[in-house]
Amino acid sequence: MNKVKELPGEAIVTAKQSPSIGHSVTAYIERVRGGDMGALPAVLGLLVLCTVFAIARPAFLTAINVANLFTQGAAVTVIAMGLVFVLLLGEIDLSAGFASGVCAAVLAVTLTNMGLPWYVCVGAAILTGMVIGTVLGTLVAKVGIPSFVVTLAAFLAFQGLVLVLVDEGTNISIRDPVIVAVANKNLPVWLGWALFVACVAGYAALQLIRAGRRAKRGLVADPFSLIAARVGALAIIGGVVVYVLNLERSRNPAISSLMGVPIVVPVILVLLVVWTFVLRRTAFGRHIYAVGGNAEASRRAGIGVDRIRISAFVICSAMAAVGGIVAASRASSVDPNTGGSSVLLYAVGAAVIGGTSLFGGKGRVLDAILGGAVVAVIENGMGLMGYGASVKYLVTGFVLLLAAGVDALARKRAAAAGLR
Amino acid sequence: MTPLLEVRGIDKSFGPVQVLHDVTFAANPGEVTALVGDNGAGKSTLVKCIGGIYPIDGGDIVFDGRPVQVHGPRDAGELGIEIVYQDLALCDNLDIVQNMFLGRERRSGLVLDEASMEELATQTLDGLSVRTVKSIRQQVSSLSGGQRQTVAIAKAVLWNSKVVILDEPTAALGVAQTAQVLELVRRLADTGLAVVLISHNLNDVFAVSDQIAALYLGRMAAQVRTADVTHAQVVELITSGRSGDLGIAQ
Repeated sequence: MNKVKELPGEAIVTAKQSPSIGHSVTAYIERVRGGDMGALPAVLGLLVLCTVFAIARPAFLTAINVANLFTQGAAVTVIAMGLVFVLLLGEIDLSAGFASGVCAAVLAVTLTNMGLPWYVCVGAAILTGMVIGTVLGTLVAKVGIPSFVVTLAAFLAFQGLVLVLVDEGTNISIRDPVIVAVANKNLPVWLGWALFVACVAGYAALQLIRAGRRAKRGLVADPFSLIAARVGALAIIGGVVVYVLNLERSRNPAISSLMGVPIVVPVILVLLVVWTFVLRRTAFGRHIYAVGGNAEASRRAGIGVDRIRISAFVICSAMAAVGGIVAASRASSVDPNTGGSSVLLYAVGAAVIGGTSLFGGKGRVLDAILGGAVVAVIENGMGLMGYGASVKYLVTGFVLLLAAGVDALARKRAAAAGLR
Repeated sequence: MTPLLEVRGIDKSFGPVQVLHDVTFAANPGEVTALVGDNGAGKSTLVKCIGGIYPIDGGDIVFDGRPVQVHGPRDAGELGIEIVYQDLALCDNLDIVQNMFLGRERRSGLVLDEASMEELATQTLDGLSVRTVKSIRQQVSSLSGGQRQTVAIAKAVLWNSKVVILDEPTAALGVAQTAQVLELVRRLADTGLAVVLISHNLNDVFAVSDQIAALYLGRMAAQVRTADVTHAQVVELITSGRSGDLGIAQ
């Protein structure tokens, strides 16, 4: 806190000059020490885990395993991205896992059993998710049943629904080339690089335009050095990932070549951009944070709190449907276990590990991706180390508890520092 | 001077309990009108009737010389009546600008117009001569009690409001912060707003108010000019409803 007090307290409100990169770094350190850690635990955890696994099992960092990581973690990550919306309100959706299973079963039934075109089936699956979300959200917002109970009931009911849809336990295989490609095929090498360049250039342009506009109006803008650092970091991380994914990973390249960025990666990127835009740049997103922060204040400000609650559940279940489609694509089939077992807990874990608060009001869609990466690395790494399901469950449970503990302690610390 | 906000003969009951009896009250532009009374005298109920939270059973609300119907907080807001509640109704996880525009965000198309909101918020805070916040983009959770009160008041005056009603703004504040907020209350009235200040603290009331209205068991004991009464008289009005010639006839 001492550092802050040294700054000229009065001048900054009307200050016209940009803060230097040094100030930004100091402010960030202050925030972390005050308990607002954001994604820091996830990033550090990811670094530690990757280092440990890379040393213990050199196979961890091979191109084929890195590509596996992405397709393994994709479904859970997508579900976690939707869960962020519900968690932001301080609610929980325990049914997201089996909701994804139900939607995947709808996809399988319409696609394989009825033979409808893939886009109709994807639409039907996502629509199913939206209906599920509307029902859950209405029960929570209008009837007033705690979300924990509503979604716990749905968790049980959806298990039954999946069984009904797949005829008491048969396995419906999926052969549609488009759906199967989502989690099993890769972009051409050139397209991967083109996507990378477009992402970095787009991000840089957005940041520069925004800073330029603010500076022109005399508002405090991010300094150029900070923008350059952010863009540089994105370029380095993205560049390394695309380079590794574009390496030849087939055991026998002469027979079949296997390289390129998995198609799920751009799918997740598009979802990330869309939902981040909604949360950060629209009034709807602002209202989600407001309701999560103080529902009564939001109500008095004229925000339709019930409408916001229901929308969050609709988004969550619709994203669960997308996650279900990705899972169905990866397995090339749907069975009663799709979306079951540990999917839900991994998804909640991913959101929380990434830095989304269980108490509501704090979190980003990007958090879900970082947390999803941690979960995927644990599962993949433990598998490589030769540990069975028992150890995987124990470790993931421990990491989830650790993340929730960090969240709760950070909150306490923030209260002590007068930040909450 | 014609009052900007006037309520005449308001009755309000909750079931069998009549909380307000024939209450008449007026607030002039450019003045601070203090609303005092013991716990349960009906101060908050009166304010909530004016703000449209509770419907009134009888009587008139006159705004700017014409009778008006206030059916909800939106109606009150459109007339230019803003209420700053005791609990401030701020979202801790949002920053100052986001809180000031909560529920009434400016947009250009689909996107929030952050720059113009930030400019207007800065202007409003500057107009209130508030320079104690480090950055207008800091989270409300990091502000002190007095600063939070200031943000809540700035939020109320942002909307070209004409009447600002403050419910116990200094109840939870320390000595220095109380002085700060009272100074701000006085400045609001000096800019031409009609300010209604609900307070338990008679020192505060005498420090900033032009008129004092005392409620006693749901009835208006008296509304008098602050300069014409003493501390002791106001205490009598609050505790027994009358003081000498003032107050409810026996």
